Amino acid sequence: MIGDLDFEVIGRSLPYLLRGLQYTVQLTVVAALGGTFFGTLLAMARLSSFRPVSLTAAGYVNLMRSVPLLLVIFWFYFLAPVIVQSVMGWERPPQIGAERSAYITFIMFEAAYFCEIMRAGIQSISKGQVGAAFALGLNYWQAMKLVILPQAFRNMLPVLLTQTIVLFQDVSLVSLLNVTDFVGASVKIAQRDSRVVEMYAFVAVVYFILCYSLSTLVKQLQRRIAIIH
Amino acid sequence: MHLGIFLEQVPDGNMAWWQMLASGLGWTLATAFFAWIMAFVLGSIVGVVRTTDNHWAVRIGDAYVELFRNIPLIVQFFIWYFVVPGLVLAVKRWVVTLDPTQHQFVTAVICLGFFTSARIAEQVRSGIQSLSRGQRNAGYALGLTQTQTYRFVLLPMAYRIIIPPLTSEIMNLIKNTAVAYSIGLVELFFRTREMAEMTFRYFDAFTAATVIYVVIALTANRVMALIERRLAVPGYITGGK
Amino acid sequence: MIEINNISKWYGSFQVLSDCTTSVKKGEVVVVCGPSGSGKSTLIKCVNALEPFQKGDIIVDGISVTDPKTNLSKLRARIGMVFQNFELFPHMRITDNLTLAQIKVLGRSREEAAARGLKMLERVGLKEQAHKFPGQLSGGQQQRVAIARALAMDPIAMLFDEPTSALDPEMINEVLDVMVELAKEGMTMMCVTHEMGFARKVAHRVIFMDQGRIVEDDTKDEFFGKPRSERAQQFLSKILHH
Ligand SMILES: Nc1ncnc2c1ncn2[C@@H]1O[C@H](COP(=O)(O)OP(=O)(O)O)[C@@H](O)[C@H]1O
Ligand SMILES: [Mg+2]
Repeated sequence: MIGDLDFEVIGRSLPYLLRGLQYTVQLTVVAALGGTFFGTLLAMARLSSFRPVSLTAAGYVNLMRSVPLLLVIFWFYFLAPVIVQSVMGWERPPQIGAERSAYITFIMFEAAYFCEIMRAGIQSISKGQVGAAFALGLNYWQAMKLVILPQAFRNMLPVLLTQTIVLFQDVSLVSLLNVTDFVGASVKIAQRDSRVVEMYAFVAVVYFILCYSLSTLVKQLQRRIAIIH
Repeated sequence: MHLGIFLEQVPDGNMAWWQMLASGLGWTLATAFFAWIMAFVLGSIVGVVRTTDNHWAVRIGDAYVELFRNIPLIVQFFIWYFVVPGLVLAVKRWVVTLDPTQHQFVTAVICLGFFTSARIAEQVRSGIQSLSRGQRNAGYALGLTQTQTYRFVLLPMAYRIIIPPLTSEIMNLIKNTAVAYSIGLVELFFRTREMAEMTFRYFDAFTAATVIYVVIALTANRVMALIERRLAVPGYITGGK
Repeated sequence: MIEINNISKWYGSFQVLSDCTTSVKKGEVVVVCGPSGSGKSTLIKCVNALEPFQKGDIIVDGISVTDPKTNLSKLRARIGMVFQNFELFPHMRITDNLTLAQIKVLGRSREEAAARGLKMLERVGLKEQAHKFPGQLSGGQQQRVAIARALAMDPIAMLFDEPTSALDPEMINEVLDVMVELAKEGMTMMCVTHEMGFARKVAHRVIFMDQGRIVEDDTKDEFFGKPRSERAQQFLSKILHH
């Protein structure tokens, strides 16, 4: 069996695979940044003492966390044109395509997960810090921006990065919408050249090396932060 | 939303759409159930091994967890569905005797079982390590063997402590079952998508699936909270050690 | 009964125990004291092989703990141990804490074990608490249960590792009383403790440790009369002047 394998298929299709990997990385980075931004806003909303705001935020987060990512991907793929249409007031829904709707999907989906991380981070900051900030005459937004969030962000950095590694893996699900991410590219090559075994084994090895190295780095970072504190 | 659509017959089928979704839900729950049993047993073993004093066993346990944690689930599905039968002749011989649904189901259970077991192993390990070294010593000092100490002293407390993270793992598992769509298992998400494509009622189909998943999540949460209360140790505050 | 012969132990390159030698005869009560970090817990845990050591040997009732042929579980079952933090099993009722090892290790029947456990519980004055969980008892009560749990195994010797140092002051005596009684009945005991009143009352010998070494190994009267080393004198004056 092993003798039938042809790993040259990987070399031949490497540029195509790398373009897929590039999309995967791009989507991961954008979603991590966007997710952190909206997640932080959501976290502040969840911690708001104004009930309608905190309940709405909690509802959104819990909803996102109870349904499969795959379903969310398809939801946004289907809803994105409608949303854009109504926001822009256009007559017809635009053609957005899976590749671009995925950006919206992952930002919105990750926001829910990053929200929970940032919420824990904000809550880990002692009440004294908030009091001190207010005592200096800072208003809520200034206290958040200048005192609380930087500390929360620093404390939670390892967790945020670990979640980003999870996100990097989760992005592969867009291949089921026929998007040419890293997995999507390998699926297409595997089917075109009938080299299923070689392609998927290769993809698994690449993901493993990347994710394992990244998580090792995060662990080192975590240890260094633990020493500083 | 028009509920009538769910009562309409599936073209070329002798059931209504709601029955189609219900059968998908059945596959989702069955897959999750068997995968959970496999994951719980394997995860407990690996988790325990990682807390022993045997360096090599710990290394192997760590490697096991890293392996399943650093490869995307969908790729793991492809590995179990395409690569393993492609490389191992014995598996291939067995697989061709199965009908496609059986093959997809078995693959999904094995894939999700291994994937989830690595996560449970991590929880079990941290649960055991959260107990004081003195508990283990107390067991040994009474003459209990290592196996007995784990069985009667360490694991009963460790499992209680990790009920909340295990609850999230159960929900993750049920959600992850949707990825079995990638190998064609006719679980809930597969049926939802099928209904959406065939009726063009995307909104209705997706809403139904969303509601079902939310209900499952709420139910799982309730059940686990009940179990947690049932197993609570009087006078012992979890997490307050 | 317990012979500790030239044992040394390292954690990596850090030497916790340096060439420690001493013994505890049958019926003897030996108190071990010394500053925190001097290796007292480590030494006492070596006796029932909870801690491995690299050099030397310990013989308990004629059996070497380093001999690979020794069944360590069997050996440990014959030596009772009481810990600083009680280490009762929080998920088990007091009765089950008392019977678990009797049933699983000694092979006693459930009834036999329960009867024996209850008798020991009565002895430490806690018979009414049998059906509670450890978390529902005070620290002093938990420690007395822990002593009863060890006694239920009919040990040939008892090891105590600072049994009262995690207790609120008002609970210390209820535990010491049980220990004094045990000593008077002739139990072989090795006790790490800073309770010098206890040592005065029942100890036969006092061992003083510092930086992993046994600095003093005296009879009680010698030790309280005037210890030879300066370190021990300093230590004594510190704790006696509280
Ligand atoms: N697992 C361990 N690893 C490294 N060092 C340890 C470990 N356990 C104890 N030590 C060190 O060994 C020394 C003796 O500890 P211990 O026997 O607990 O002292 P004592 O009971 O006299 O306070 C201490 O300096 C302690 O820091
Ligand atoms: Mg100590």
